Amino acid sequence: MKHLFAPAMAIAWKDLYAEWKTKQTITTMLIFSGLVIVTFSFAFDPSNQAVSALVPGMIWVITIFSGILGLNRSFMQEKQNDHLHGLMVAPVDPSAIYLGKCMANLVFVLLVQLISVPLLFLLFDFHVITGVGLIYFVMIVFLGTFGFIAVGTLLAALATHSKSSEMLLPILLFPLVTPIVIAAVQATRIVLVDQEGVSAALSWMQLMAAYDVIFFVVGFLLFEHVLEV
Amino acid sequence: MIETIGITKTIGEKMILRGVNLRINQGESVAILGTNGAGKSTWLKIVAGLLKQSSGDVLLDGVPRKKDDYSKQQRMGYLGHQSFLYEAFSPVENLHFFAKLYQLKSPDERIHKLIDDVGLSFFKHEPIRSFSRGMIQRLAIARAILHEPNVLLLDEPHTGLDQQAVSLFNRLLLDLKAEGVTIIMVTHDFPQISTICDRAVILRKGRIAEDEWIQGRPVSWIHSLYDGEALSS
Repeated sequence: MKHLFAPAMAIAWKDLYAEWKTKQTITTMLIFSGLVIVTFSFAFDPSNQAVSALVPGMIWVITIFSGILGLNRSFMQEKQNDHLHGLMVAPVDPSAIYLGKCMANLVFVLLVQLISVPLLFLLFDFHVITGVGLIYFVMIVFLGTFGFIAVGTLLAALATHSKSSEMLLPILLFPLVTPIVIAAVQATRIVLVDQEGVSAALSWMQLMAAYDVIFFVVGFLLFEHVLEV
Repeated sequence: MIETIGITKTIGEKMILRGVNLRINQGESVAILGTNGAGKSTWLKIVAGLLKQSSGDVLLDGVPRKKDDYSKQQRMGYLGHQSFLYEAFSPVENLHFFAKLYQLKSPDERIHKLIDDVGLSFFKHEPIRSFSRGMIQRLAIARAILHEPNVLLLDEPHTGLDQQAVSLFNRLLLDLKAEGVTIIMVTHDFPQISTICDRAVILRKGRIAEDEWIQGRPVSWIHSLYDGEALSS
């Protein structure tokens, strides 16, 4: 454990601090999500009730696509000065690298959601959710994002060995994240649009939780083999 | 003590190492020489744990290397072709990060001392993206010895260093050697070999072609050893 959690925290801190200094990844992710929101807010009439049905899908479009931008950079920057080898020669459990990267990537995507989701609600004149609905919404966003990051971090590490990693990551990622995207969109739609059936979102949330556990454990166990490729 | 027994490494269809048997005792300083593609860096990476051998064993203190034996990893310092340093960070921030990875307790004093030792005192808090190749190499040296390893694996460590930095680095290595640190250095820099190393191992086509003690030998003798053995086909 000594060689797992402390190095994982150090790696996560390093990524967050480097981002704080350079602001490259977050800026790119925010610009992308801002563009999506502004484009769609002009393409559809926000006063039309039917348009509100788009919002759950848009939350996940922003999450997935801006997340891919962040995931790509997450390991590309480690290739610059052979940083991965620097981590591998240290007395660090390879899973600590996965854990640290997952933590940093999760923070980046949650930060983008924290800024872009209120903006999306504002520009689409969406009603403010409160109470139980808000708690459910936050849990759904977290579960969906965590599952996406758990798979994405593992595949980003795998794709980084390829010269065309930016193209390879989405190709590897989309088949694997499809179940969690479907579950996340469905659960978000229930909570945001069909508020009376909030309890129906629970089954989708259970599916997301199971997906998260399975893919996080798989990523955790397989990461050392990914590094050896 | 480091021992490799019958190490082979094949990448694709190319056999890079063909059964390397080499034993290096604690405190020895050994130069690994050979032409490009002889397998020097590959052997060093296998010893450092960065590459897995196709067959054979790596023994550290007589025990086969295990992937989760972090105490052995803790005792090893590795300086590769790349610095492993983060460009957005200053020297202090970089060394702090590696101190956290190696879980050093109260590393501040050692970090500042090392930065002073490698002659980067005036640039302690500057992001290293503006550093020259030589300055980065100086900091990479500090990174490799930050955790006070007792085995130091160096892959062409003098690359990019100016004369002042070379003598500074050599002095550092000689101090470490006097403290009993094992130094294994892959290099083509013959004058540095004669200054630092006691023994030269010459690899040719993935095999050990020569293994000689070079203490007190002139550089010209090492040259003739290398020319005679490493370049003969």
